[in-house]
Amino acid sequence: MTNVTTSRARSFVRGLPVIHQLRQSVGLQRGMLVTGLIIVAIFLLTAAFAPLIAPYGYAQLRDAHGYFGAQDPPGPKHLLGTTVGGYDVLSRVIWGSQTALLAIVIAVVLSIFIGVSLGVISGYLGGWLDRVLVVIADAVYAFPTLLLAIVAAIVISGGSSNLLGGVFAAGISITAVFIPQYFRVIRAEAVRIKSEAFVESAKVVGTSTIRIMFRHVFRNSTRSLPLIFTLNASESIFTLAALGFLGFGIEPTSAAEWGYDLNKSISDVTSGIWWTSIFPGAAIVLVVLGITLVGESLNDLSDPRLRTRRRAAGAASIADSAEPADISVQGGGPVDDEVAQFDELEGRA
Amino acid sequence: MTSVVDIRNLNISFATDGAPVAAVRGVDLSVNKGEVLAIVGESGSGKSVTAKAILGLLPETATESGVVMLGANDIVSLPKKKLREVRGVDVAMVFQEPSTALNPVYTVGWQIAEGLRAHSRLSRKQAKAKAIEIMTKVGIPDAAHRVNYYPHQFSGGQKQRVVIAMALVLEPELIVADEPTTALDVTVQAEILDLLRRCRDEFGAAIVLITHNMGVVADLADRVAVMYNGEIVEQSDVRTLFESPREDYTKKLLAAVPKLGTGLAATMARAEARPDVEQKPVVSARDLVIEYAGRLGRKGFRAVDGVSFDIHAGEVLGLVGESGSGKTTIGRAIAGLTRVSGGSLTVLGQEMLGVHERQFKPLRSDIGFVFQDPASSFNPLLTIAECVAEPLIVHGRASDAGDARKRVDELLEAVQLPRTYGDRYPHELSGGQRQRASLARSLALEPTLLIADEPTSALDVSVQARVLELFSDLQKEFGFAALFISHDLAVVDLLADRIAVLYQGKLVEEGTGAEVLVAPQHPYTQRLLASLPVPDPVEQARRRDALKAL
Repeated sequence: MTNVTTSRARSFVRGLPVIHQLRQSVGLQRGMLVTGLIIVAIFLLTAAFAPLIAPYGYAQLRDAHGYFGAQDPPGPKHLLGTTVGGYDVLSRVIWGSQTALLAIVIAVVLSIFIGVSLGVISGYLGGWLDRVLVVIADAVYAFPTLLLAIVAAIVISGGSSNLLGGVFAAGISITAVFIPQYFRVIRAEAVRIKSEAFVESAKVVGTSTIRIMFRHVFRNSTRSLPLIFTLNASESIFTLAALGFLGFGIEPTSAAEWGYDLNKSISDVTSGIWWTSIFPGAAIVLVVLGITLVGESLNDLSDPRLRTRRRAAGAASIADSAEPADISVQGGGPVDDEVAQFDELEGRA
Repeated sequence: MTSVVDIRNLNISFATDGAPVAAVRGVDLSVNKGEVLAIVGESGSGKSVTAKAILGLLPETATESGVVMLGANDIVSLPKKKLREVRGVDVAMVFQEPSTALNPVYTVGWQIAEGLRAHSRLSRKQAKAKAIEIMTKVGIPDAAHRVNYYPHQFSGGQKQRVVIAMALVLEPELIVADEPTTALDVTVQAEILDLLRRCRDEFGAAIVLITHNMGVVADLADRVAVMYNGEIVEQSDVRTLFESPREDYTKKLLAAVPKLGTGLAATMARAEARPDVEQKPVVSARDLVIEYAGRLGRKGFRAVDGVSFDIHAGEVLGLVGESGSGKTTIGRAIAGLTRVSGGSLTVLGQEMLGVHERQFKPLRSDIGFVFQDPASSFNPLLTIAECVAEPLIVHGRASDAGDARKRVDELLEAVQLPRTYGDRYPHELSGGQRQRASLARSLALEPTLLIADEPTSALDVSVQARVLELFSDLQKEFGFAALFISHDLAVVDLLADRIAVLYQGKLVEEGTGAEVLVAPQHPYTQRLLASLPVPDPVEQARRRDALKAL
């Protein structure tokens, strides 16, 4: 019995979105996925342990030895130099990851629940409700994110804001655009699954609509969620940074924010002071790159036509049982692989 | 005899997410000029892969070794550019599904000409003239005019004719036909088989015919190769194979094919066992009309048109018809999945015309439904036990899957599945096992009426035989009334007490198996029966002539 439960637990872990795909991937696709995952992991760790890693606070201008001084080049005291306002660049970049993570969490939480539930309801029930929701989703789709973000920023905090105000401004504007995205994808899946025989069989049995929607339709329509999730996350970072860059961002005294730092470093660039713009900029690029890599490779891996596989050893060499090393490289016990392969074949049938 | 294609020791394996899978192992085959070689086998036997290897059409994940000599070229080692020159000229392919093999945005004439222009320097006009010529030859009426039609303007059988025309236009020595009639109705199938025979006789092309249908083999093939598990188990000419099969596997395969007229004795025995008392029928249809709403401003489509029939308690009614005849629609209407538009349909005493779900819901526990496709009829995220327990939970007979487990185990046992299979997920079961689990689910509430919509058409012959046997055993044991929907007369004959034949939404004939199958009255039934290829080459040749006379 315990054997059964552990193997169940193991197959459950393997079935988790990212781990499952990691096991499937090979070659370049695996490289992309692993790179993305490493970058994302570093980002998350930095955000979590920012107070421990960062040498100074995000709003710290002086220490026991006095003021830091403005626009100091990188040196032993300030590894990445200081900004025009006299902040330590390294500390600002590290603390900024916390703000970015908060923006992601808020944007995703706000949009995912509404988008997904609307998608399932609209797709499964159909009819006029579906038509109205689709039209609304299309209309919202045409709305420029940044404009919405600026309006939200002004409404929430009159333009220049504290941490939560700025993050929520970005989050809300992203939400407005991403609810339709979640909605559309989940709706399309729900419409597809609605006509599957197992839903009809539930109907024949007399299952209630709500039970069909959640037990049968919703649980089977979530496979493209990880992809939109990553798109959603990187978009929210971009918007937060753009808000900061345009001057609607978060005050430096309430939180560190990469876009704000970029904005303040515009004048530095022409005077040869590179360290104030490169590092926050690189942080934005890296995080978005990491998340996009994860999303992109998850997308490729979830599609059997795009997924690359290990080449089969030549048919003849199997008969000769050429090199056992070849087989052991493929990872996982032989039994697991057999099961996985069985899944694969049946899945296509 | 000169051989057109010569396969020597062909091995093909596929890369998967797990270990590589050997699909074809050490296959030796040769096809002579003007000969039809049929490769038969069940799904996964490697027959399609072998055929694709002849055209060099294997996907990138495949690795092959061995020799495929096509004329003077070895396809396995041929570079891509040379391969393109060979395809079409030396060997052409006819695909299974004609509606996906044609590009919907080009005219058929253009598509036939495309192959011509790829291999020869013909002007647009010459190519078109040639296309018209070949379309006339494959039997498309008014070809000069219809060459400019798009694929959707043709019927399924005509589309397959166009696909065959595309294959013939370059006069290849070999045509590979991969299940060319599987997607077609029986009557159309007979016409296409006739055309393929003409390909051999008039165009002198050799044909490699991939099929799982023994009747088709008996009808068309000169020689047969039986494949099993990636290997050829038996190869002989068609008469020898059917008369005295050598291998056990071949014998089993042939024995599993349902034959017309075998169900008669069983039906009579059952009719005697049934009490004579006339009860109120379980299902009663009178002038039943079902229409699908058309798009705005257009007339709706009438799928079922004035159909009347009864299903009595404990009786199996077989509903036969071709695609689009409305047979599935009737089944869905009885299960309350499709609305009735007119006439009267009484199910278990409930009038279905204008019924509300709330009124019908209590009756649902008395109706079971078995779906056609075993792959999609289970929620992939639930275990088999959870799926089978669903009806029990929904109708309040059990509080959750654990509570229902005892009953689920009994049900699984009833359909001859080991109890432990309850813990598996649907994809971990084969098609036949899944269909048995599907039967278990539909019987969970001990219904008085079971609707089976083509329950075996997605299964291999040998699996189909076992599922049908199980179905008839269960019917005997539980005594439910059943509506058995199928396109296959032979399958219906095995199970049904009475047979109803549908044609274009109308019920053209109804009666016992003896009446309908032995002395059919309606011309459509006669044609349907005559078109059904039987797995016996001598008998089939005789039937073919009879069909021509009809």
